[in-house]
Order: sequence, then structure tokens, then C-alpha cells
Amino acid sequence: MANSDLISGATGDWEIVLGLEIHAQVSSNAKLFSGAATEFGAEPNSQVSLVDAAMPGMLPVINEKCVEQAVRTGLGLKAQINLYSVFDRKNYFYPDLPQGYQISQFQQPIVGEGAIDIDLDEGTVKQIRIERLHLEQDAGKSLHDQHPNMSFVDLNRSGVALMEIVSYPDMRSAAEAQAYVKKIRAIVRSLGTCDGNMEQGSLRADVNVSVRRPGDELGTRCEIKNVNSIRFIGQAIEHEARRQIDIIEDGGTILQETRLFDPKNGETRSMRSKEEAHDYRYFPDPDLLPLSLTQDFVDRIADSLPELPDDKKARFINDYGLSAYDAGVLVSESENAAFFEQAAQGRDAKATANMVIGSVFAGLNKAGLSIAESPVTAAQVGQLVDLQSDGTVSSRIAKEVFELMFEDGEDQGKDPAVIVEEKGLKQVTDTGAIEAAVDAVIEANPDKVEQARERPKMAGWFVGQVMQETGGKANPQAVNALVMQKLGLD
Amino acid sequence: MSELTELTLAGARDALADKQITARELTEAHLARVAKADALNAYVLQTPELALQMADASDARLAKGEAGKLEGIPLGVKDLFCTKGVRTTACSNILGDFTPPYESTVTANLWADGAVMLGKLNNDEFAMGSSNETSRFGPVINPWRGAGDSQLVPGGSSGGSSAAVAARLGVAATATDTGGSIRQPAAFTGTVGLKPTYARCSRWGVVAFASSLDQAGPITQTVQDAAIMLESMAGFDAKDATSIERDVPNYEAALTGDIRGLRVGIPAEYRVDNMPSEIEELWQQGIDWLKQAGAEIVDVSLPHTKYALPAYYIIAPAEASSNLARYDGVRYGMRENGADIDDMYASTRAAGFGDEVVRRIMVGTYALSAGYYDAYYVKALQVRRLIADDFAKAYEKCDVLLTPTTPSAAFPIGDQTKDALQMYLNDVFTVTVNLAGLPGISVPAGIDAQGLPLGLQLIGKAFGEEELLRVAGVVEEAAGFTGKADDWWSV
Repeated sequence: MANSDLISGATGDWEIVLGLEIHAQVSSNAKLFSGAATEFGAEPNSQVSLVDAAMPGMLPVINEKCVEQAVRTGLGLKAQINLYSVFDRKNYFYPDLPQGYQISQFQQPIVGEGAIDIDLDEGTVKQIRIERLHLEQDAGKSLHDQHPNMSFVDLNRSGVALMEIVSYPDMRSAAEAQAYVKKIRAIVRSLGTCDGNMEQGSLRADVNVSVRRPGDELGTRCEIKNVNSIRFIGQAIEHEARRQIDIIEDGGTILQETRLFDPKNGETRSMRSKEEAHDYRYFPDPDLLPLSLTQDFVDRIADSLPELPDDKKARFINDYGLSAYDAGVLVSESENAAFFEQAAQGRDAKATANMVIGSVFAGLNKAGLSIAESPVTAAQVGQLVDLQSDGTVSSRIAKEVFELMFEDGEDQGKDPAVIVEEKGLKQVTDTGAIEAAVDAVIEANPDKVEQARERPKMAGWFVGQVMQETGGKANPQAVNALVMQKLGLD
Repeated sequence: MSELTELTLAGARDALADKQITARELTEAHLARVAKADALNAYVLQTPELALQMADASDARLAKGEAGKLEGIPLGVKDLFCTKGVRTTACSNILGDFTPPYESTVTANLWADGAVMLGKLNNDEFAMGSSNETSRFGPVINPWRGAGDSQLVPGGSSGGSSAAVAARLGVAATATDTGGSIRQPAAFTGTVGLKPTYARCSRWGVVAFASSLDQAGPITQTVQDAAIMLESMAGFDAKDATSIERDVPNYEAALTGDIRGLRVGIPAEYRVDNMPSEIEELWQQGIDWLKQAGAEIVDVSLPHTKYALPAYYIIAPAEASSNLARYDGVRYGMRENGADIDDMYASTRAAGFGDEVVRRIMVGTYALSAGYYDAYYVKALQVRRLIADDFAKAYEKCDVLLTPTTPSAAFPIGDQTKDALQMYLNDVFTVTVNLAGLPGISVPAGIDAQGLPLGLQLIGKAFGEEELLRVAGVVEEAAGFTGKADDWWSV
């Protein structure tokens, strides 16, 4: 562990210990135990079957697609797939929990131990162990702002399949926790088992936070429920760790409890203490037989597994000669990696990676757009890389051309060659033309010529002047060589 | 038309097929009899218009030669079965006037075969009881009366079903059995009650009591009728994950009367203390009948029988405590408003559930609680496994088991309501069958000194309903039970 992850308190250094429970909504057309649709954003209570509403005599029937998705995710986490697993009932009362219990998996989950590598700064990697993954039903949604003295309930989400992915307490900083969530998100997205959309709640995390002196036993933990963005996860951890340290340093003790993160003030507050915790009275759901999978079923899923982010990263390093850092950035989202690969097809991969990361991602980030919304296509990025590689434009002009293609305006979305042509941005490599320009500048500035002969660094001034005269289109190497030659500095 | 209500299901079916009677006549005769039977309180909802409409449709199909297996047969339906557009309450206040927009698979099967619904039958609230005294609609009265014309319970929880069939307020009835709720009422009313193998009939659309034990089955006048009803009720249902994909045989064809060479086991542990001598004698009588019919009698042991009742009264309430959590006043049924959501839950459930249901929810919640789960629930599951193993071992030596159905005949109304444990003992011979998931049938076999019917129970192997019905037919034939309650209740 890097020392920089320690937090210094008034009485010395503290170490944060973090474990995460990620709830990932299974990508499937139907719910875990009913045929109702799962589409986001539908009219309230329009996607509710008799089973989801817990009508009398209704029975759950497992959706095979959700089982397949859980197994696929387990394989992506390089985890143990349990051929025998059991669905249990977790009993508690809440208006948005129609059955009065959530069907989950308690003692025998469908997926056991696994591990993933998380990518930290500058290409360093750390392994985080996965304890388990189990399938469970989501609850509905209570709406408290629709009526002065009543709450409304929307059951569209009731019964939607979730995968709860539980890590071991292997993380030691907010950055590690964030990298972990990003990696899980990248894995489930590349597998197509969860859309990873945190704004819509398809992926959310419960964060277990404790602090201790480096090397001590684990401290008492608090669980922060339902944090739904990577930024909030970082804020919640920072705040919670600081809160715990302050309490301990003031002579207090940490009470085990469930807390909520409030994004408005960046703080966590108590939701319920251990004493108030529910007794969930788990027991095997008698409406469902234990889930029994064949090895063949698992093998078929394994055979159909797409390339995982870590494998893709290794391939990018080996086949394209990219740095670990660039490869890591490109594979963090499978759509980004696909965009890059399309752009890099048949041309200089390193130059393409530079343009994708330096121009495309930077532009999208600034504009708040997703890769799918990019005004510049992968093919156009490729064309632009080609124009740069074959010397048609300089790297500086390439950047300008990209901006014209990207920004709002008449050139947005145009092919780079068209813009270069229309705007006359072609790099001047004609030595004659460049020579004329160099001669003109030398002739007009005899004093500077004298100075330059004294101080050879002054040659840069002449290069700048020539580039200005030629509107930046002159090949900088050619200009440089001619200036040096004409000034007798070479 | 009074003789129309004396027809067995097989008899009515044949008479309809031969055009001797019409479905409308048969249905009208039963409706007329039901209308006079309020004193028995067997029906909690009568559906005469629907019945006549269904009967007319049956007559049309009969005329076209498109009759189903149960075409035109008027039935009563236990109020635990959800019936589309017809109020279904499980005889609990908490369901209010709940009217399902769906039909249970079992009743849908019956209607698809042409059966006619007369109405919904009374039962113990959520099928929790052995006397039909816990219903929100009040107790059902057994058409059989005791000494001095005292009023007796019809058994439970399917007391409405047993009383209705005994009083001919329906040709047959649907029922459910979680710990004996079909067989015990049948024994108390001189009717036949068949609990099929777990998973033989779909539980979809049947209000759940204890999911791992609940099973639908018929109460009928004869063993043959039970065979006909089961064939219609049974079958795989993709909507019930515990139902089994297995063909439904022609059960009626299994009633050959030939049981030569069949091995009948007599479990020693079913000789309980304080069992009335009449029941002991009836059991011996049954053994003799089967021996005379060519069966071989084998002594067997089911050593864990004495743990069955305690295990049952852990497992069933545990499942019930969870199954009944959905009745919270939020979406359907009754609601008592409260100061906040917790208050609304508490008020609704306090007002909606009766004492016996509350008792079982409390017992079940306790048994599943942290710190008690291993000592109660897990232990009970272990006992359940041992009981199933007992049966498996016994079936290495025999093919079916013969036992009494109940340790007593029907008892007076109010006699056991003060003592829950006494009431639970009614199930002592029947719960083992549910715990092991096996089929069992009660056949009326004799009359006690008071003139009340007594039943013998036969227990089969899993999915051994054909053999079970065949032996039951032999017992029925040998017993020649023809007793019938008089119509004292008719107004």
C-alpha cells in the first residue's frame, strides 16, 4: 500500500479499509421472476405483473436469461460458478416491497470467489478479491412528493433482477474504490450483462468504511447505502473516513450503523443503528426449487464470452504498441475501445491513440457528450490521422481541423480532407515556396540576422516568422532546415 | 328433481352423456338445494347466474358432442382458489372483497373440462384450522349430528367442501390440504378426500398457506369421483416452479379392484395413546378387508412419527409468516388507516387477521428469528428429512400404508377452540404425508357408536395415485359405507 493513501489525523496516521457491495441491474427484457418488462422510464406501474404486485396465489418462476447473465458476469470476474445455488426470502415490511420479502440468495449464491485487477495511476495495477455474486429482486420505488399526506408507490422496478457483487475489504482509498467501480462497470458493460448506467440507478454501490492504525485489526465499519455516482463514492468515503477518525481521536467509538450520503452537502448521516437493524429471517423460498446448473450450460456461456477489458488492454499493449496507461484509458469503456480500434484500422495506432485520447475524449469530456454522440466519426479520425501521417497537415493544423469538425459550425461533421481543401490548410512542402518565404524574412530583417549569428537560438524567431507568413501551412521541419542553412548555422 | 342431487359425479356424467338429464337441470337442482342450506354455512358466496350460464354452455357442448370430461358437473370451490371476477377471500377479513382478475390453474382446468361453478366454499381462515371455526364467515356445521342432535364441526380447513359434498350441495368440491385439510374433513363427513402428491396439482392462483406443504385435491362422494376430479385438476404448470412435468394418467381406469399380491404396510407408531377403541377396531377391519382381497399385510415402522406434529407446527407457520406478509393494506383487500405507514400496517393486520392466523404468524416469525432459526426451523427441516426417509424405508417392504385418518370422529362446535394443542392433534395421522410430499386418501369406512362416520387413510408412494386409488376403491367396496346425514338443515 502506498503511504500516500494514509490519512493523517491529530494523533497520527490512519488507514481506510473499504469493501463494496455493487448492485448491478441485469440487462434482460423481463424481470427475475416474472415476464414484466424492465425498460427504464416507463409510466409508473405500467410494467407490473400479478407476481410483481404480490397478488394472492401468485408464484415466482425464474427467468433463465437472468441466470445466464449472472453466470456470464461471474465468468467475467474470473469467479467460481456454483452449479447449485438457493433462493432465500429476506423478510421485511416496506410499501415498495409488495411480497413483504425480497427473493435473494443468502447462504448459497450462484457465484463464489473471484478477483479483478483495478487500474491505478500511471499504469499500476492492484488485485481486489470478489467474495460472491448473487441474484436478487429489486424493490419498487416510493414517491413521497406527489401528495401532501400520502406516499405513492411505483412498482415498475419491483422484481427487476439485480446482481449484488460483494468485494472483500481490499481497498484502501477513495481512488481505489472508484477504480474498482469503474472496472466492474467496464466488465459488465463489455459482457452486456448490465448497462452500468449509474444516473438511472442501473449500477449503485453500498460502501463499507472503517478506519484503523496501519497494521491494526479492522475497525468498526459503517455502511453507506446506495451511492449512485463515482464522484459521490469518492466524496462519501472521504467524508465518512474523516468523521470516523475525528470521533476516535476525540476518544469516542464508532457505532456500527447504516448511513446515507447526501450529495447536497457531501456528508453522510445516520439511517439506522445496529440495534434498529432488521432481523430479515432468511429462509429458503419454498416456491422455488434450488437452482441447478449443468457444467455444459456454464461452458457454453464461457465459450461465448466477449473479450474482457483486461484482455483487451493486454492486446492493445502487445499488438498496437500502446503504453499501459493509454491502453487502460482506451479499454475503460468498451465503446471507447471500439471507437479507437475502428479509427486505428490500417494506420499508425500510436498516432491514432494520441488523437483519440487527446482530441476526441478531451472534446467529448468538455462538451459532456458520450462517444455515441461524437460529432466526429471514428472513420473521420482515421482520415485525419492519415492526413497528419502523410504530411498533408502538421500536427498543429490537425488539431485545428479536428476542432472545426467537432465544434458547432458550418464545418462540423465534415470529412477532414474537405476542410483542409476548402480552407487551404495543406502543409506546404514545396521547398521553393518555403525558400522564398525564408529569403523574404531574412531580407526584411538584417539586424535580426546579425543577432542570430551571435546567438543561434534566435533562429527560432525566423522559423516563427515564416510559419506566420505561410499561415502555419509550411512544413516546420523544412522551414527549420532552410532557416538554419540560410543563416549559415547548420 | 331431488334425485338429481343424489347422483355421484360418475353417475351424473353418464346421465348427461346419455341425455337423460341436462346440465341445466342438474345445476338448478343443486342451486335449489344450496339455497335451502344456509344453516350449514358451507357456501360463503353463491354464483347461481354464473352457474346457469356455464350449465347452458355445457348443454350446448353436449348437444354438439364436444363434451369435456366434467361437462355440466356442478362443483363447489374452496374460497382459497382465486376465481376470476368472483370474490376470493380465503375466509379472512384482510382480503376484504378482493376479486381476482385471474383464475387459479386448478379451477381453470376444471372449467376447461366443462365443470360448472356453484360458488365459493367456506374454510378456516387461510386454511389454518381443523374444524372450520376460524373463518371470517363463521363456522360450518357438519350435516352429521351428534348425540342429542348436537352440532358438530365438519373438520377443517376444507370444512365447507366436506359439508357441501356430504349434504349434496355440489356433486364434488375442490379443497386443499397442508396438514390434513382434505382428509380430516372427509373423515368427519363420510366423504372421500384425496390429497395428491406434492407438485401433482399446480399451486398457481391458490392463496398460499405453507408453500412446501400446500396441495390441492378433491372431496367427493366416491373414490371413482375422486379419480375423475384428480385427472382434471392435475398437470404440469409452467407458472408453478414446483410443479412437475409428468403425464397425467387415466386414474379412473386404474380402479380395477384387483389388489392381489399388493403389500399393505401397517405402521406401528400410528397406534397412539387414548385412541378410541372404535378407531382401533375399524383399522383392524380395514386390514382384514385388504387381506381378504388378496393383499399381503406387512408390519412396518415409521420411527420419527412422533416428531412430525412439532416439526409441522414449525415449518408451516414459518412459511405462513412470510407468505402472509403481502397482506399489508397497501395494494388490495382491507386497509385500516394509521398515523404513519407502520401504524397502518399494524392496524390493518390486527383488524384483518383472526386469532389463529395471528398465533401462527407469531410462532413462525419466532421460529425464523436470529438466534432461534437453527434450534427450530433447521431442526424441523431435519425431522422432515427423517420422516421422508422413514417412508422410503417402509416402501422397501410395502406398496401402500393403511392408517386411521383421524384419532376421533367429528367433535362438537366450540369443543376444542380453547385449546390450540388439542386442535393440532387432529392432524397427527395426516401431517406426516404432507411433510413427505406423498399422496394420501381418506375413505369413509365405518360408523361409530354415536352414528358418526369414521375414515381410513391410505398413503401411497410419490405419484402413486393410481395404485392408491385402486386400494381405496377396494376399501370403499368392502366397507360398503352408505350412511348419509339427514336433511335436518333444509328449510
